[in-house]
Amino acid sequence: MATHELTGTPGAALDAAVARESAWSGGGSPYAIGSKKLGMWLFIISDAITFSALLIAYSYVRVASNDWPMPFHFWPSIIKTTVMTFVLLTSSVTMVMAVHAGKLERRATAAKWIAATMLGGLTFIVLHALEWRDLIHEGVRLFQSPWGTPLFGAAFFTLTGLHMTHVAIGVVYLGTVATLFARGRLSSEDVEVSGLYWHFVDLVWMFIFPLVYLLSVRMS
Amino acid sequence: MSTTAVAPTTGVNYLNAQYGIRSWLLTTDHKRIALLYLGSVTFFFLIGGAAAVLMRLHLIEPQGALLEPATYNKMFSMHGIIMVFFFLIPSIPAVMGNFLVPMMVGARDLAFPRLNLLSWYVYIVGGLFTLYAVVAGGVDTGWTFYTPLSTTYANGNVMAAALGVFITGFSSILTGLNFVVTIHKMRAPGLTWFRLPLFLWAIYATSIIMILGTPVLAITLLLVALERTFHVGIFDPALGGDPILFQHLFWFYSHPAVYIMILPSMGVVSELVTCFSRKRIFGYSFVAFSSVAIAVISFLVWGHHMFVSGQSVYAGLVFSALSFAVAIPSAIKVFNWTATLYKGSVSYQAPMLYALGFIGLFTMGGLTGLFLASLATDIHLHDTYFVIAHFHYIMVGGALMGYLGGLHFWWPKMTGRLYPDGWARFSALVIFIGFNLTFFPQYILGYLGMPRRYAVYPEEFQVLNVMSSAGASILAVGYLIPLVYFIWSIRYGPPAGPNPWGAKGLEWETPSPPPTENFEEVPVVEEEAYAYGEKEAHVV
Ligand code: HEM
Ligand SMILES: [Cu+2]
Repeated sequence: MATHELTGTPGAALDAAVARESAWSGGGSPYAIGSKKLGMWLFIISDAITFSALLIAYSYVRVASNDWPMPFHFWPSIIKTTVMTFVLLTSSVTMVMAVHAGKLERRATAAKWIAATMLGGLTFIVLHALEWRDLIHEGVRLFQSPWGTPLFGAAFFTLTGLHMTHVAIGVVYLGTVATLFARGRLSSEDVEVSGLYWHFVDLVWMFIFPLVYLLSVRMS
Repeated sequence: MSTTAVAPTTGVNYLNAQYGIRSWLLTTDHKRIALLYLGSVTFFFLIGGAAAVLMRLHLIEPQGALLEPATYNKMFSMHGIIMVFFFLIPSIPAVMGNFLVPMMVGARDLAFPRLNLLSWYVYIVGGLFTLYAVVAGGVDTGWTFYTPLSTTYANGNVMAAALGVFITGFSSILTGLNFVVTIHKMRAPGLTWFRLPLFLWAIYATSIIMILGTPVLAITLLLVALERTFHVGIFDPALGGDPILFQHLFWFYSHPAVYIMILPSMGVVSELVTCFSRKRIFGYSFVAFSSVAIAVISFLVWGHHMFVSGQSVYAGLVFSALSFAVAIPSAIKVFNWTATLYKGSVSYQAPMLYALGFIGLFTMGGLTGLFLASLATDIHLHDTYFVIAHFHYIMVGGALMGYLGGLHFWWPKMTGRLYPDGWARFSALVIFIGFNLTFFPQYILGYLGMPRRYAVYPEEFQVLNVMSSAGASILAVGYLIPLVYFIWSIRYGPPAGPNPWGAKGLEWETPSPPPTENFEEVPVVEEEAYAYGEKEAHVV
């Protein structure tokens, strides 16, 4: 808290504080991040709670159920999802590079790194769609499952579907940011803000992957 | 009233800066968006109110006077859904918050003006879904959408109604996000955290709850809609799911949501009580931090809605204790308001009457909450009219009174016009009397064992029910009077001048109605909030 401003005496202390801050920033010195970034953080917190609610619901029904299936084989499912995880993690690295280039005002370079990130996102979506196709082939539906409780299908598709939607939105969002940034219409902070979103989507997968996949491997 | 004789504002202001329907529907001016919300929440209030009138008419006779039982179920569901999600939750935050947050921090607009307009559209789309559900035959799940009733047995348009509430949820989240960023980032020079008006502390705490709680409701209702349509089974025991899980998720949001409804009103009351006592609020930081404390603790008490749902006794004990704890910060506020009145030069203008009404009725509602939070008494009182009376004392006697008080206080600022003070005081009185006559008998009915959500009741409860219905008609008149004189004042009200109440705060330092950019130059804040009588003090 900005204690120097709490003395209540308008005058020297206040003037100094005002001089340090831009005209609109009030007593905001400890919160010197931009509005958009703060907004994105709040959104991320909110969205994280959405996923937490869903993950808790998933864990709850899973623990409560006595015939939760273990459908995933080491090959192909786990190998495939490990590759997906790797792709997503790599895309976070390229995003870091994009943000870095953005800070240095290397706009074209930043756009290229973002394009690489989008490529990672798209690869993830394609691999995930293939994985979905295989499961649907085996008879898993939103409301039924060939093994054990039908809840498996519900939980699986709702969770991974919501996450995939986030990745897809992220790809579109990054595309917009890259284009506008390359044209000089956005600032490097906007790139950083889009990076926050991307890392968040990545992080969510780091919860879904162990909870949904690794805990449901059929040992044979 | 110290109507400073300022000539009618001839200058350009936010209302006459542009004309035409497009200039309203595409506006990004927070003040115009506030008025869009004012129109929409009033519309929903009237619909929800109409349902209430029909229910009270129906309950005049033990076997029901008016409606089919199935229709009665649809009435109370529609009433609850509309009043909670489409009136009370957006009321103060979206109307007064939108209007006042930028003005109180000395800014030109919210941090994200276009996002703000988007929030209104999202709200309207959600509202349309819900209205569709009503027109297409109604819903009969109650506002709580309990499973398996909502997913399996209910008739009607659960899907549309649940999606409507789901969609409006995003409007809340975005509005809350906008407020938090604005309060952090856009305060005028010199406006430190502890100089903020308490209304802003309350809005800040409310916004935090909106951001943290609403996503859980959204995802829960989405699951209900999925389950209803595709039978996915998360809440269906036949498929391995659990209906109690729904209750946990629902109340994890909906208990904090009751504070989304009451905290902003508490903020308004803090403003009114100091202004009309001409005294700095007693214990500023206690009032400020109690808002934050309420926001935090409110997330830990949801289980008190599930004492009889088969939750473990130990969980019940903890939830009961925490529910008692949440009453402490509420009580702190009541004590501080009362202490502010003490030795203040209190004047009883209309906004103040509403504020005093709030304090009394909220106290009643809060204290009866403690009866419900006690495990043993709740087993008797759960799902009776006692619960109905409890939350109406808080939501209608409290939150709605605060909303009306705020509307009367800032109306001159919003429109530049004064309304007739005599009528306004009269309506405050009618509302207070009508309210108590409507809801006090319901405490007794509940205590005697009349369950809620029934279309018929035993003969011996008729006297109390008729009293309640009579009170409701008085209450309805009380709400219609302000509607008439507010509309009247827009054309015929005398000009208000910048500061008709002699109040402190940045919003009063600019013309009424304010210019589009709010302040001609960036205001600099050099005094504490509510520095009433500060000048005299310095002279001494
Ligand atoms: C002073 C602190 C409060 C306490 C200790 C408290 C306690 C309770 C309890 C234990 C119940 C459950 C009763 C039952 O179903 O058997 C309840 C119901 C309810 N309370 Fe409160 N409450 C408090 C404040 C509030 C506030 C501030 C509001 C609204 C602005 C509110 C609105 C409601 C509503 C809407 C219900 C009924 C929900 C339903 O089943 O439809 N309460 N309260
Ligand atoms: Cu509660």
